[in-house]
Amino acid sequence: MNGTQAARPATTLGRLERPALTGVLVREIVNFSSYWRSASFSSTVEPTIYLLAFGLGFGALVDQVDGYEYVEFIGTGIVATAVLFSSAFPAMFGTFVKYQFQRTYDAILAAPVDTEELVTAEALWISMRAGVFGCVPMIVAIFFGLDPSWGMLAVPGIAFVSGFGWACFGISIAGFANSFENFSYVVSAVLTPLFLVAGTFFPIDTLPEWAQVLANFNPLYQCVELVRSAVFGWEGWIDLARLGGLLAFGLVVWRIAIHAMTRKLVN
Amino acid sequence: MSELAIRLRGVVKRYGPITAVDGLDLDVPEGTCVGLLGPNGAGKSTTMRLLTAQAIADEGELEVLGFRLPEQSKAARAECGVSPQLDNLDTTLTVEQNLLVFTHLYRIGRHDRRAAIERALAMANLRDRRDSRVDKLSGGMRRRLLIARALVHRPRLVLLDEPTVGLDPQVRQELWALIDALRAEGTTILMSTHYIEEAQRLADTVLIMSHGRGVATGPPAELVARHAGRVAVEVYGPPTRLAEAERDAREAGFATRRTGTSISVLGIEDRDGRVPEGERRPANLEDVFVLLTGEEIE
Repeated sequence: MNGTQAARPATTLGRLERPALTGVLVREIVNFSSYWRSASFSSTVEPTIYLLAFGLGFGALVDQVDGYEYVEFIGTGIVATAVLFSSAFPAMFGTFVKYQFQRTYDAILAAPVDTEELVTAEALWISMRAGVFGCVPMIVAIFFGLDPSWGMLAVPGIAFVSGFGWACFGISIAGFANSFENFSYVVSAVLTPLFLVAGTFFPIDTLPEWAQVLANFNPLYQCVELVRSAVFGWEGWIDLARLGGLLAFGLVVWRIAIHAMTRKLVN
Repeated sequence: MSELAIRLRGVVKRYGPITAVDGLDLDVPEGTCVGLLGPNGAGKSTTMRLLTAQAIADEGELEVLGFRLPEQSKAARAECGVSPQLDNLDTTLTVEQNLLVFTHLYRIGRHDRRAAIERALAMANLRDRRDSRVDKLSGGMRRRLLIARALVHRPRLVLLDEPTVGLDPQVRQELWALIDALRAEGTTILMSTHYIEEAQRLADTVLIMSHGRGVATGPPAELVARHAGRVAVEVYGPPTRLAEAERDAREAGFATRRTGTSISVLGIEDRDGRVPEGERRPANLEDVFVLLTGEEIE
């Protein structure tokens, strides 16, 4: 009874394996079938209400903003809000619930899935949803006067890239949080200011110069500007730089999210 | 000479000032059922988490199915099934959907998934409830589903962390039958429990844990014979009588333990000393458990 198996020195599974990512995504997709109505409702109706409230309210007072009719200005800018609402918030609350109360991640990590794969697949799933939900207010805006254009076909992609970063941001916050109450600080001190100075409701050149400089580091602002470029006409290298900024944001917060969740789940 | 499915040597796991596992050695031969028996806080659940690399040891060597942990843990987990102490099923999904998700997580090929789900449902006797949402199942059914989920990929090793905790005796017996069937199939099982009867009925070998250490190991009957002898006598009476009986038995060289309403005097069969009056009974694993892990609740 004392013989031991020969150790298997060469047998390690790799990182970011497709079967592991697929497994986590399948779990999310199967689960989504049970709650898609409420998730779709909250992620699309809220930004649409913003669109209608500001579009119809301010639209009656303001004729043109930054060279656009107000419904065009807000109908494109609100995409970033929809992305934020459908990525950062579900990532923060969903991740916290799954590890703290449902212990879902304990079950997944007992299978051949590591934290890097878990976080990556969760962020991919949320960003796919953001890619779809982000477009809804823009489609609604078409019925209120936003002219359709071929460039709109790029908007789901922009929303996806932006959503990936915000999903990872939300997962990171959940990974560092000890309770739901911690989220209030992040929402009030980080997300609300970023949301308001993203150029969604008013152009940022109406802000003080220091705020305009800071706004350039706001991924939501970069998303808003990219969407407007897609809809009204590309701006070449500037848009590539904006896309690069969104990709860099996503890459940095992706690694932070993996670090935060590894710290939380493997101890 | 069988090979070892699990081999731990000198494993230490600390959480700040608390040492949850303190120099643990553990051997689980392939094809056997080993029970980790210990009171709450003995380090059983931490040991289970170490085996899936959800906790990382501070010291010591860990091998699972020949894979070194934590480096090769992912490969080891592919061949293990885990039933956790705390229910972590997806409650808004059906029984079948829960299993389907894990056929993907355990990388079962597309053509084999249906058969794997059917087999797991049959083992857990849940075929009739395949379309029921988990939040509509009884506690016992949810436990069976947790075990079915752990078996869906035909693992070589199954880790059961307190598989029957908090369940009615009838449901517990049902789960024992399921675990026994697994054993009969030759699956290696490591099961943590603080239910002595569970360990006695199911485990080929028991490791008794206390304060993160293994304090005794062996087949249940052998442990009883070694530490508590063959026969015990239960002495009943008022507290003063029990205290007196305990003192007298100890002075006569007997091991004793308190049961709350009586004093058990152990190993009376081979002793020439004065044997107290009382009800004789066979010694059991509970006697060993209390002797080795202490009588006080911490």
